[in-house]
Amino acid sequence: MTDLLDTERPPRRSERPGAAGPGPGRRAARDSSPWWLRRSAVTALCAIAGVYTLLPLVWLLFAVTKTLPELYSGNGFSPSAGFHVFDNVRDLFTVDGGRFGRWMLNTAVYAVGGALAATLLSVAAGYAFDKFQFRGKEKWYALVIAGVLIPNTAIVIPLYLMMANAQLTDTMWSVFIPLIVNPFGVYLARAYSSGAIPDELLEAARIDGAGEIRTFFSVGLRIMGPGALTIFLIQFIGIWNNFFLPMVMLTDNDLFTVAQGLFTWNSAVSQNPDYTRMVVVGSAVTTIPLLLLFIPLQRHWRAGLAEGGVK
Amino acid sequence: MASSTTPSRSRSRIRRQRRNGVLLLLGPFFLLFLLTYLVPLCYAVGLSFFREQFSGIGWDGPRLVFAWFDNYTRALTDSAFLSGVGRVLLYGLIYVPLLIVLAITLALLLDSALTYGRRFFQTLLFLPHIVPGLIASLIWLYLYTPGLSPIVDFFSWFGWNVDFLDDGILLSMVNIAVWGALGFNIVLIFVGLQAVPKSTVDAARIDGAGELRIAFHVKLPQVLPTVFVATLFTIIGSLQLYTEPMILRTSGESPIDNAWTPNMLAYTSAFNSNDYHYAATVSVLIALLAGVLSFLVTRFANRRAMR
Repeated sequence: MTDLLDTERPPRRSERPGAAGPGPGRRAARDSSPWWLRRSAVTALCAIAGVYTLLPLVWLLFAVTKTLPELYSGNGFSPSAGFHVFDNVRDLFTVDGGRFGRWMLNTAVYAVGGALAATLLSVAAGYAFDKFQFRGKEKWYALVIAGVLIPNTAIVIPLYLMMANAQLTDTMWSVFIPLIVNPFGVYLARAYSSGAIPDELLEAARIDGAGEIRTFFSVGLRIMGPGALTIFLIQFIGIWNNFFLPMVMLTDNDLFTVAQGLFTWNSAVSQNPDYTRMVVVGSAVTTIPLLLLFIPLQRHWRAGLAEGGVK
Repeated sequence: MASSTTPSRSRSRIRRQRRNGVLLLLGPFFLLFLLTYLVPLCYAVGLSFFREQFSGIGWDGPRLVFAWFDNYTRALTDSAFLSGVGRVLLYGLIYVPLLIVLAITLALLLDSALTYGRRFFQTLLFLPHIVPGLIASLIWLYLYTPGLSPIVDFFSWFGWNVDFLDDGILLSMVNIAVWGALGFNIVLIFVGLQAVPKSTVDAARIDGAGELRIAFHVKLPQVLPTVFVATLFTIIGSLQLYTEPMILRTSGESPIDNAWTPNMLAYTSAFNSNDYHYAATVSVLIALLAGVLSFLVTRFANRRAMR
């Protein structure tokens, strides 16, 4: 716990983390070391982990090319005899009156909009906790951090009842509002702010006559950019991954997330066996582009974590 | 008020500005935090102390009665709840150490400069983090299903008939969760390892420490706080087990019922039996369990740090 609460950053080290130097590898791998510490053996171990990681993704990649009977026959790790990607994708977007497109749109709203709002809220709050003095500050902060430890799903059902009282269930708000609050984002933002924004810079902006809000947007937010990107990515993945909340809040098919939609299809396979193909193709169509998008982003992600003091 | 007017007025102006700044920057988050965290939690606690009672023939509809700890005694004697908690704890007992040990090992290997293509492996292992748990579970369900799964076929070549969806179903869920979370935790620990000063490592090497000693006695102690945070989050996550069993139970004859984990029980009580009070009680108990486990892990970590 000490470290969750500790926002003081360690003294900046001479070398930047994340910039992986070549390291003294050649020397370490000299012949006196046991066989299992040789480069080849260690690389082989990592390769095993890599194959384990890739297997399901490769299966998915092959599965998109297949027809329904092919999904149930033959080797999962070989491509289809034909190439049915285009047919599959077309069917995916036309089945059930084009519901899948609607689900994708919903998910994009929840994930992109929710993550943006969550990031702005967290960054502003973290910055305020770091740069302002006010009464009971550390107590308020401890309260927020305690929120990190509350299992999300434990709040969902009481939240549903509150939303029902406010007649908000089965609206986009019922999913959107809970998703824009992330106490962990505040923790990251505070740590990042205390490391990245020199107090003198804020003083300078204030002396120039800028109000607090303007100072935040023109100085604070700008410097916290990389940290904000990390929070955005964390929240985006968190929302994209969240299944329980929409399951509880929504019964209207038109408001579903992709995950929820795929789940419904998967549960209805006995009525329509072709849903199996739709589930597989839907998984691929939403996941594979995102995977490709995140490969270049992953570097920023890591840099933000390193700077943010998750140590 | 008015001895030295100008400075004091501007000071109070600054103070007011600061206060407004705090209110505007922190206010929105805090208001939403109250509404989506603290109020629902208190509301759940409140609900858990009431129950609905039908009086007479029940024509008047249910009546709200203060139930003291009745809902809690009911949960703590409810075999569905207890076995759900047991399953989740067993799942966590396997999943958490397995994930953390694997993540530490691979992060140390990737940091040791003993591996070719470190960056490549990191990116590769990180990929499942982007696949949501539901889709990961769907894919693995196919890879577990006899007749579809090349993995089952592979094992049966060697005359080993594994059934991923029966007795070993808990392990099958652990596998899905490890697959999804491993890369993220590796990167988290790796980032910590990269911050270990090179001079410390070099000094140990000059003193004649081997790669293993350096890994476990020089580098690992420096990233223990990260490992601690990762462990805490993984424990809290494992208590919320929901997605994997919900998917795996769609396979034919699954041993999973609709109250297989506490979360599933809460959902079923709320939406199948309309017993919101019991659902809230289960939610509160999950939060309490998370609190107790966080406390224990923190105590343990602090004690280790003291020594």
